[in-house]
Amino acid sequence: MMRLELVKRPQRSALFSVLSPFIAFALTMIAGAVLFALLGVNPLEAFNIYFIQPVSEVWQLHELAIKAAPLILIAVGLSVCYKANIWNIGAEGQFILGGIFGSIIPVLFPEFEGPLVLPLMLLLGMVGGALYAAIPALLKTRFSTNEILTSLMLVYVAQLFLDWLVRGPWRDPQGHGFPQTIQFGDSAVLPELMPDAGRANWGFVFALVAAIAIWLMMSRMLKGFEVRVLGSSPRAGRFAGFGFNKMVFFTFLLSGALAGLAGISEVSGAIGQLQPVISPGYGFTAIIVAFLGRLNPLGIVAAGLVLALTYLGGEAVQSALGISDKVARVFQGMLLFFVLGCDTLIHYRIRLIGFAAPKLEAAPKLEEAR
Amino acid sequence: MSANHDRANLLEVRGLTKIFGTLTACDHIDLNIAKGEIHALLGENGAGKSTLVKMLFGSLEPNSGEIFWDGKAVNITSPGVAKRLGIGMVFQHFSLFEALTAAENIALSLNDGSPISTIAAKARALSYSYGLPLDPESLVGDLSVGERQRIEIIRCLLQTPQLIILDEPTSVLTPQEADKLFETLERLRAEGKSILYISHRLEEVKRICDRATVLRHGKVVGHCNPRQETAASLARMMVGNEVKAVVRAPAEGIETAPALLEIRGLTRKPATPFAIPLKNVNLNVRAGEVIGIAGVAGNGQGEFFEAVSGEVLQQDAGSVRIRGKDAGALSITGRRLMGAAFVPEERLGHGAAPRMKLSENLLLSRHATDGKSFVGSGGMVKNASVYSAAQRIITAMDVRKSAPDPEAAALSGGNLQKFIVGRELDRKPSVMVVNQPTWGVDAGAAAHIRQALIELARSGSAVLVISQDLDELFELSDAIAVMHNGELSAPLPIAEATFEKIGLLMGGAEPGHAEHTMETA
Repeated sequence: MMRLELVKRPQRSALFSVLSPFIAFALTMIAGAVLFALLGVNPLEAFNIYFIQPVSEVWQLHELAIKAAPLILIAVGLSVCYKANIWNIGAEGQFILGGIFGSIIPVLFPEFEGPLVLPLMLLLGMVGGALYAAIPALLKTRFSTNEILTSLMLVYVAQLFLDWLVRGPWRDPQGHGFPQTIQFGDSAVLPELMPDAGRANWGFVFALVAAIAIWLMMSRMLKGFEVRVLGSSPRAGRFAGFGFNKMVFFTFLLSGALAGLAGISEVSGAIGQLQPVISPGYGFTAIIVAFLGRLNPLGIVAAGLVLALTYLGGEAVQSALGISDKVARVFQGMLLFFVLGCDTLIHYRIRLIGFAAPKLEAAPKLEEAR
Repeated sequence: MSANHDRANLLEVRGLTKIFGTLTACDHIDLNIAKGEIHALLGENGAGKSTLVKMLFGSLEPNSGEIFWDGKAVNITSPGVAKRLGIGMVFQHFSLFEALTAAENIALSLNDGSPISTIAAKARALSYSYGLPLDPESLVGDLSVGERQRIEIIRCLLQTPQLIILDEPTSVLTPQEADKLFETLERLRAEGKSILYISHRLEEVKRICDRATVLRHGKVVGHCNPRQETAASLARMMVGNEVKAVVRAPAEGIETAPALLEIRGLTRKPATPFAIPLKNVNLNVRAGEVIGIAGVAGNGQGEFFEAVSGEVLQQDAGSVRIRGKDAGALSITGRRLMGAAFVPEERLGHGAAPRMKLSENLLLSRHATDGKSFVGSGGMVKNASVYSAAQRIITAMDVRKSAPDPEAAALSGGNLQKFIVGRELDRKPSVMVVNQPTWGVDAGAAAHIRQALIELARSGSAVLVISQDLDELFELSDAIAVMHNGELSAPLPIAEATFEKIGLLMGGAEPGHAEHTMETA
């Protein structure tokens, strides 16, 4: 008989912190192949449609960037929270509130035009996301509520609030009753990067800048050190003189602002108006992106592109093979599952042990003797 | 009763080896424990004592070697197997639930389904017959550390072990409580039970142990009869060379020196149901002197340290004064900026972040006081200067490590403690407060740390040392105060202090110290 044993490593393995996402990705592929086979589809063909075809042309890469931008923006913010051991699960809601706040100018003041409009919108979007994130932070620091629950529940509040806005007070009067706001004016639309090649807009640039800035903060600045200390050993953090409550607000406001920026970028860039639904679950998928990217902002850029591909692939298999696009969610879920599982390898070695027979025999004999 | 080599061996260990990565923690260890003997296991920290004991108790699997129990080869694969064989263990760190009663805690570990009342009755009977009175119905949270140890011992005895392993049992006891424990151990020996006694207190070992096995760097360096050795000769075997004695130059002109740390009427309500309230604590530590605070663990020392360090703020700003200024309302960072430095009891997770490098752990306590040299414009950390400062401390304190800048958790306890103390000494603080400066640190490193603290004081700083180790306090201090149940006695000048006097104060004997009137909130 054999058994597996986890043996703690004296130091975390640098090799496996790099390898673990790749192992997780491979395991996801294997599980995905089984899944497709069970659905009666040739896995190789499905993989081709899912992962290769959606990125075989330049305009498709632009679509990938559009999907990846909000994922990366949100995930780098979340990575700071999670490093501090603070669990903001409500980025989806902060994304929506960012979209709503940023839309105040183009929806309520459509006649206000010029180069100031867009920066103001982006700023308002960040303020909206940050304010919405401040609610769970306040509840946690004042009443010790669990931020996982409050931030998650606030997502549904945000979704319903947006739904009410676009059906009620903000509905386009000339919109034939469709639940949507007016189309944003030209100066309120986030410009495309290379209009001739594809639709990718400045949102992707924001994402890259945010990733590099947060990477600098986390690896080089005292603030990043504070986040890491409080996250890994809170008592040592208190000994260092770092305040935990301040950290709760800092991480929530930062991640909320980035989610809000992602929200207004999506609304202003990819959609061009507010609709009842403005996100295919970016705020939740970003959690997977953050962990797949090892909570490292640069890793998150790569992970964001991978997860963006699962969205595009999901749409592709739906149209080509008639499989529900929910398969994208399944892939995302499996990926997170395997990533978290493989992280064990960073701190533990797996050892195979064969049972030696005498071990089992010695003890009972003695018990009989007594 | 003396060692008798003809008697049958209860436990025989042959060539037991355990390898962690590149480190051979135990290297072909041979050990015999006869029936009815108290056998000492001596060695510095990191000598392999805990690894050896963990293999005997089944929590670690040896790489090679054999264990014979009553002459038969056995494979101890888990603590459960060890218990069934008849090996019991009393750990240095208790594993008790504070919110449960003694009997409930015992029931949890016996796990044989017998009703609590039966277990309580058995425990009570056993505890009285061994002279370790214990009320099984009392909540663990209400008990002193000595009483908690009794629970652990009773819990172990209830499993009728033939071999009892005790890991540093007296480190949490007053001298008087330790005497009681020794009587119990001698009774157990008279009944024919064997005891493996791990300690670094050589006087104790000489007093109660029949034989000793000495480990150094994972190897057995000798077996001896401790009664025929001197404490110095035992220490030499453990360390491999002479331990330098700590030199304490007489403190001069202390009476007229200014008090750099003043505690005035410090009172603190318990923060948790099991915390000790501080009651009107008063103390002055003057420039140039070392004051020691003795006391059995869990009598408010931790609460006191938190209040003095500023991890917890005081309502009365004047209750803690540093260099003549009120500091009670300042955070730990504010107090550090006034010239104070702190070393907490717990190394990993409090004094240092385990998964961070030593250089990062330097930044941990000095990011504000050394802001100019460690943090540049825009909050960027100057990694190069932090790194070189860390290396400077590593050299000054002789910190031994496996990599240039390893994670704190990768260091042995003693080496990490040298780094943590050195980190603060490097600042030349004018007030230094240290909780358990050499807890679990080997003799050589402990002497180094103690000498450094005395020298800091003699150079004009005020040093306050909280410790459970009386030998250490007598070596270091110019005066010793005793903390009992949240109250602090007046400091006794070292010339007047004796073990007996301090021991009685630790037990709460001073008038005004009520005997065990612990309120539970």
